[in-house]
Amino acid sequence: MYLPEDELQRIDEEERLLKGQYKHHIHVCLGANCLNAHSAQVLSALETEAKARGLEKVCSVTGGGCRGLCVAGPTVTLEPDNVLYGKVQPNDAGDIIASLGGEPVERLNRPTDNPFFMRQQRIVREMEGRLNPERIEDYIAAGGYKSLLKALNEMTPAEVINEITRSGLRGRGGAGYPTGLKWKTVAKARGEHKYVICNGDEGDPGAFMDRSVMDDFPHRLLEGIIIGAYAVGADRGYLYVRAEYPLSVKRLQLAIRQAQKQNLLGNNIAGTAFNFDLQVRVGAGAYVCGEETALIASIEGKRGQPRPRPPYPAESGLWGYPTLINNVETFANIGAIIRNGSAWYASIGTEKSKGTKVFALTGTVSHSGLIEVPMGTTLREIIFDIGGGIPDGRKFKAAQTGGPGGGCIPEQYLDLSVDFESLASVGSMMGSGGLVIMDDRTCMVNVAKYFLEFCKSESCGKCIPCRVGTAHMFDILDKITKGEATLDDLTLLEELCDTVKHTSLCGLGQSAPNPVLSTLRFFRDEYIAHIVDHVCPAGVCEFEKEAVR
Amino acid sequence: MTTQKARIATIWLDGCSGCHMSFLDIDERLLALAKVADLVYSPLVDHKKFPEDVAVTLVEGSVSSTEDLEKIKHVRAHSKFIVSMGDCAVTGNVPSMRNPLGVDVILRRAYLEEGLENPQIPSLVVPKLLPLVKPVHAVVKVDVYVPGCPPHAETLFYVVSELLAGRLPDLTKMTRFGV
Amino acid sequence: MSVVVTLKINDIDVSGQEDETILDVAREHDIYIPTMCHLDGLSSVGACRLCLVEVKGMNRLVTACTVKVAEGMEVYTETERLKKYRRMLVEMLFSEGNHICSVCVVNGRCELQSMAGRVGVQHITLPYYNPLRTLDTTHERFVIDRNRCILCTRCVRVCDEIEGAHTWDLGGRGIESHVVTDLNTFWGDSPTCTGCSKCVHVCPTGALFEKGRSVTEMTKHREFLPYLTMMREKK
Repeated sequence: MYLPEDELQRIDEEERLLKGQYKHHIHVCLGANCLNAHSAQVLSALETEAKARGLEKVCSVTGGGCRGLCVAGPTVTLEPDNVLYGKVQPNDAGDIIASLGGEPVERLNRPTDNPFFMRQQRIVREMEGRLNPERIEDYIAAGGYKSLLKALNEMTPAEVINEITRSGLRGRGGAGYPTGLKWKTVAKARGEHKYVICNGDEGDPGAFMDRSVMDDFPHRLLEGIIIGAYAVGADRGYLYVRAEYPLSVKRLQLAIRQAQKQNLLGNNIAGTAFNFDLQVRVGAGAYVCGEETALIASIEGKRGQPRPRPPYPAESGLWGYPTLINNVETFANIGAIIRNGSAWYASIGTEKSKGTKVFALTGTVSHSGLIEVPMGTTLREIIFDIGGGIPDGRKFKAAQTGGPGGGCIPEQYLDLSVDFESLASVGSMMGSGGLVIMDDRTCMVNVAKYFLEFCKSESCGKCIPCRVGTAHMFDILDKITKGEATLDDLTLLEELCDTVKHTSLCGLGQSAPNPVLSTLRFFRDEYIAHIVDHVCPAGVCEFEKEAVR
Repeated sequence: MTTQKARIATIWLDGCSGCHMSFLDIDERLLALAKVADLVYSPLVDHKKFPEDVAVTLVEGSVSSTEDLEKIKHVRAHSKFIVSMGDCAVTGNVPSMRNPLGVDVILRRAYLEEGLENPQIPSLVVPKLLPLVKPVHAVVKVDVYVPGCPPHAETLFYVVSELLAGRLPDLTKMTRFGV
Repeated sequence: MSVVVTLKINDIDVSGQEDETILDVAREHDIYIPTMCHLDGLSSVGACRLCLVEVKGMNRLVTACTVKVAEGMEVYTETERLKKYRRMLVEMLFSEGNHICSVCVVNGRCELQSMAGRVGVQHITLPYYNPLRTLDTTHERFVIDRNRCILCTRCVRVCDEIEGAHTWDLGGRGIESHVVTDLNTFWGDSPTCTGCSKCVHVCPTGALFEKGRSVTEMTKHREFLPYLTMMREKK
């Protein structure tokens, strides 16, 4: 009889044996940022060097995932010494191999006992940098797929859902809808088929959290999706990934084949009666397809446009069937919750926002990159402790959270706890996890204009307020930054914000005014300075001529 | 209440004069109007200069040239109420159909490409066209809007009578764009 | 058998069937809710947002054309807030295209024109976009003038859902969106268009019209649509 546990156990043991042969493990980051910095060449240089020195039996050189410190790419991680090298070039390979077992190469060494690494807590990114994303064996040896077997063999679907509900996990796509409740709704819905969709259409400017999960931990994601499918009773699923992430697509497709081979996907998964088929669908580049109903239309082969809800996808989704749709990061949390229990998960974070959140920390901050922190960490801790503060001795001005529909948070809220409710209370939102830090050289009107330009060009054009309203809003902001606007224009801008926010069909339009509203709330004086005094306080906007009117 | 007659005016910017025709279609009631108001400036009468202290000015036409722009600013400065009379004043209407194309295209078409004997784009005397034709309210503050192409004589009579009686006319049921 | 529910619209007691929308029930009770993209006999897309209403207990405005009635629901269709939004939405439509009513084939019979009157739009405070849009006169009998198109997608839906040809669809996105025939080729070259004229007649404005019609001369006939749908459903 086929026993999947035994099979996983066998792979696990083989891996350990294999790994045990080596004294040193060198992981070269193969995340997209490091690949762009030529980490693949670093990897092959290290392999060549190890071979040249006859050390190929002593040290393994493999690709690994991201360590988060993207600013220092390409990065190389040494195990078991826990050494992190940054800005590694192929010609550093000789020194790295030579130093094995001795003192680290000083010029490349990046200390990991600093807040950037110490203050993070990794659930979604557990084992970051140490798993080869293209090998299922690495994931299995790290305890992977045990949660799936636990769910399948020891829990009923209802128990899985209850566990997720008790964990307090909320959707990581932006809105923070309780995951357990969503699962329960889909589980209750009736349909000949049910679908699970993983939303990997990450499109916020400066955000790459989901990409890193798909690139680095494809199997962790698959495990979460399969558990979700089991819980809600789905037999088919799609992983919707934007075309701009070819590496994610490649790795996920590879991971699916590997999982199918291990009977963790397909028919009679792990010897049970549970069947689940999962496929990757590649988006065509429209931001709005991150909205669930537009995403569903896109999978159906239609123009990627949202439709009004209700009915919600849980009731009538893909091709009219009940559909569970969750974000990448949400699914990536599932395995750990099943493995460690809901009580463990619920002990992390704040009262209403549980667990951790991955942020893409960008902008004018010293350690830009990818971080995972418990919910409730303050902005100050994230920016100044983990992020290392503002470089070049500049002053902090604002943090932009929540992507193009989010808001700008000024200095007085630096001690704000980062969770769903707190961010909403200051007119911003959690969003998917983009966190852009701005220093005093930033013009807030210009920032609002930038995001409006994004929303305007990404509006699908279906509903009037988003299609026309965002265009008018952008035009007024453009006039303000050119010193050509009047106070009447500002009034009109605020009226447009009100209409677009409350009458748009989907989240894109409903949140498009947020960058304007939040900068108006905290930096109104900058708008007035542009309009009345024809001055840009940050010195960003250039006024070519006096206002004509 | 003073016995002095109210001073009203009409001006004609970029329009076809149809609104003025419609205004004349008030017919015999013009006499009734004349009892309570003086027409102190209008293309229909022979005043050379737009006077000061006008109570109500009816504006026909869109703002299409530098001359229109100067005129309407002057009129605004000297009128208590400004009425955008007709679609050209209210929306830009037919004159604004050139907006998507731009001034150059239409000037070239009108003066150079029509097979005239001595083709040239006029540069003297004729006022310069603005890059975009605009409705009156995009340039100066407007108090009352009377859409219609042209608005009916009834509507115009009602507007003037109401304004002279010190009331703001409610036109929601009386007129609309186009018709 | 569908269940009958009672609810209130503008504090008036009304009743409807469970599978009816707020719009259906309102119309049965002579309560006016403005619509532009909705047309009886076609699917509802909730795109024009004019039929947004307030429902007690719901934090968002909902489109009356898509939301089903429920027992005890309290709907408000004429609040000051809704009126303000409707005016702004209609203004947006006018500002976006090139709507010159006085020279339009449907002047006097245009849904956009009468909607402006209905919601009290007498001038457009928003600046006009003055877009350079195209006109396709290649079809033997019909014309599409995109200057007058408000993107209600009735033509797209009637062609797909009723005629089954799917000649029409949308191209571009955002403010650049526009209706296209086939894969954005000339209408006159269309191998899919059956020339049935349904799109022309469901079009709320003068964007689609019959050749040879001059200003004010185009009358649109939509009576066929609900009957066609009804007869098909009966089958």
